[in-house]
Amino acid sequence: MKPGFLLTTALVIPAIALAVYLTRDPAGPAAPPAMASPQTVAIAPGRLAYRLPGEFQTAERPVDAPEDRVRFRRSFDIMAYQVSAADYALCVADGACDQADGAVQHRQNLPATGVSFRDANAYAQWLSHKTGEGWRLPTDEEWAFAAAERFSDEGIDPDGGSDAIARWLARYRSESEAAKGRDPEPKPQGHFGTNSNGLHDVGGNVWEWTTTCYRRVALDRNGRVDTSTDNCGVRVVAGKHRGYMSFFIRDGKSGGCAAGLPPDNLGIRLVRERPSMLSAFKALWRGATG
Amino acid sequence: MLTRREALLGTATGAAAAALLGSVIATPALAQAKVADIAGLPRVSVDLVAPPFAHPHDQIAKGGPKVIEYRMTIKELPMVIDDEGTTLQAMTYEGSMPGPLMIVHEGDYVELTLVNPETNEMPHNIDFHAATGALGGGALTHVNPGEQAVLRWKATRTGTFVYHCAPTGMIPWHVVSGMSGAVMVLPRDGLKDGAGKPLKYDRIFYIGEHDLYVPRDENGKYKKYESLGDSYDETLKVMRGLIPTHVVFNGKVGSLTGDNALKAKVGETVLFVHAQANRDSRPHLIGGHGDHVWEEGKFVNAPAKDLETWFIRGGSAGAALYTFLQPGIYAYVNHNLIEAAELGATAHVMVEGEWDDDLMKQVQAPGPIPTN
Ligand SMILES: [Cu+2]
Repeated sequence: MKPGFLLTTALVIPAIALAVYLTRDPAGPAAPPAMASPQTVAIAPGRLAYRLPGEFQTAERPVDAPEDRVRFRRSFDIMAYQVSAADYALCVADGACDQADGAVQHRQNLPATGVSFRDANAYAQWLSHKTGEGWRLPTDEEWAFAAAERFSDEGIDPDGGSDAIARWLARYRSESEAAKGRDPEPKPQGHFGTNSNGLHDVGGNVWEWTTTCYRRVALDRNGRVDTSTDNCGVRVVAGKHRGYMSFFIRDGKSGGCAAGLPPDNLGIRLVRERPSMLSAFKALWRGATG
Repeated sequence: MLTRREALLGTATGAAAAALLGSVIATPALAQAKVADIAGLPRVSVDLVAPPFAHPHDQIAKGGPKVIEYRMTIKELPMVIDDEGTTLQAMTYEGSMPGPLMIVHEGDYVELTLVNPETNEMPHNIDFHAATGALGGGALTHVNPGEQAVLRWKATRTGTFVYHCAPTGMIPWHVVSGMSGAVMVLPRDGLKDGAGKPLKYDRIFYIGEHDLYVPRDENGKYKKYESLGDSYDETLKVMRGLIPTHVVFNGKVGSLTGDNALKAKVGETVLFVHAQANRDSRPHLIGGHGDHVWEEGKFVNAPAKDLETWFIRGGSAGAALYTFLQPGIYAYVNHNLIEAAELGATAHVMVEGEWDDDLMKQVQAPGPIPTN
């Protein structure tokens, strides 16, 4: 495999987890939980081979992202369902979240839609406060691992990307194919079924925000990272296919000139930190800040 | 609320006026003599083809003038106009927005049978901007549900021209509900640049642009109506605000993108015919140009060259000729980019072929800014 990537990945996960932790308003440990904890699914430790997010190029030509292998040493808990419009509305009612654009609040069992990365983080913070637990958005690789067979690999060029234009046209074709018969109207929770991990509605018509930043990587001849630029103003949204969205976007749809397939809807599914991991980070944070 | 009965009543006077006009116009002796000549012309019946394509035709006319027969059936039907499932109670020629493109040569006669099936709710007609007299034929073609009419007009001026429905008292509503299309009258010896050099095309992409005005409910959702009549009052209110809710090519947001993207090859020449019956537009081919553009659409005028963006006056059709020089995806847009990206006025052209590094090359792919 590509050691450069393993190294990068190894650095990124804790960095993101730490960043998310640091931006969270720490809930007082003495505060009693004001809300029942959402239903979760435990994802057992294991390994994941998947195509990295971001844009990759070799010798100035766009290429498919290389495959990476990630090892999840600890299990983690992820919401069995996407955050519902009703639950999101509670956060809005508490004054901790902004009104979502998409969700019709009075209808039962719809997932929250029309939420930005900012909204999703605000919700995670609010939920953490309400439950006394550590809730955050997943990273792209956590999402891919939990999505299991519903994670779609998006390699498009069998010839290794020798022709940038052929690649451009091929991507357009494959996205057009994927867009066939799509129905962007949000469906009640559970509509899209369960994956092998027991997660509901993975890869339905609501994409889910992740913490992973958009990244542009130039590879050298050996497939190692030559240069890499992160743009955290743009985050990975995970779903039927990967998307990249600016953090403030609530509605990914666009009929614009850029030929690309937008997500139907943007929603939220959170990961709950295991207490041990949380306390480890707390200790780390206290150590770092004295 | 407009009921069917009222709608029919509304046209009774219109139909009477049309009958009167018709008898006045068609009777002079001179005209009768010419009609005898027309009877001797060859007649060709041409099947119309749904947009964005054009029916088979010669670019340079073979032989003398002909009578070209077309038959168009008016179809009132709900049409989905975006990918959110917004439904417009549409009125159409032949079930498409725009109506099909008709192509004839200067000196030919167009003979149209306009059919308004009994299942329709509304009276309709057709006003050809290319035709002379009787409101472009509108006064002679008022057909109620269950009626048909035949109109013949002579193509005396070359160019691309709009046609649209123009029923008494309800013209804009019918037009912004889908009832417009285009006719192209070619010079008998084909298209020419300003210096008399012949210009040819390998294919036509026929783009009909519509501005649509769909009312919303109290939650901001687009309303769906049971019938045309039900939709009238509230639609008119939105129309009066002059801000369209959708600006679409060929009837729907995304009707010419993705799986339906237009296709061409490097080296091919395409004639874009762009019709907008109601509202100004400014077509632009992102990544390409207009090699020869008849902005007003009239071929007797020399085409403008090398345009970046051209202007289609509301109520006209224009033509732009372009030879593709590079492969890739091109976006053909209304370059009011809000209308292109947010309201729907975007088409894509997928072009296959060899890239020309001389015309463009990415000298350095985006990457970190060097620090030393
Ligand atoms: Cu009409």
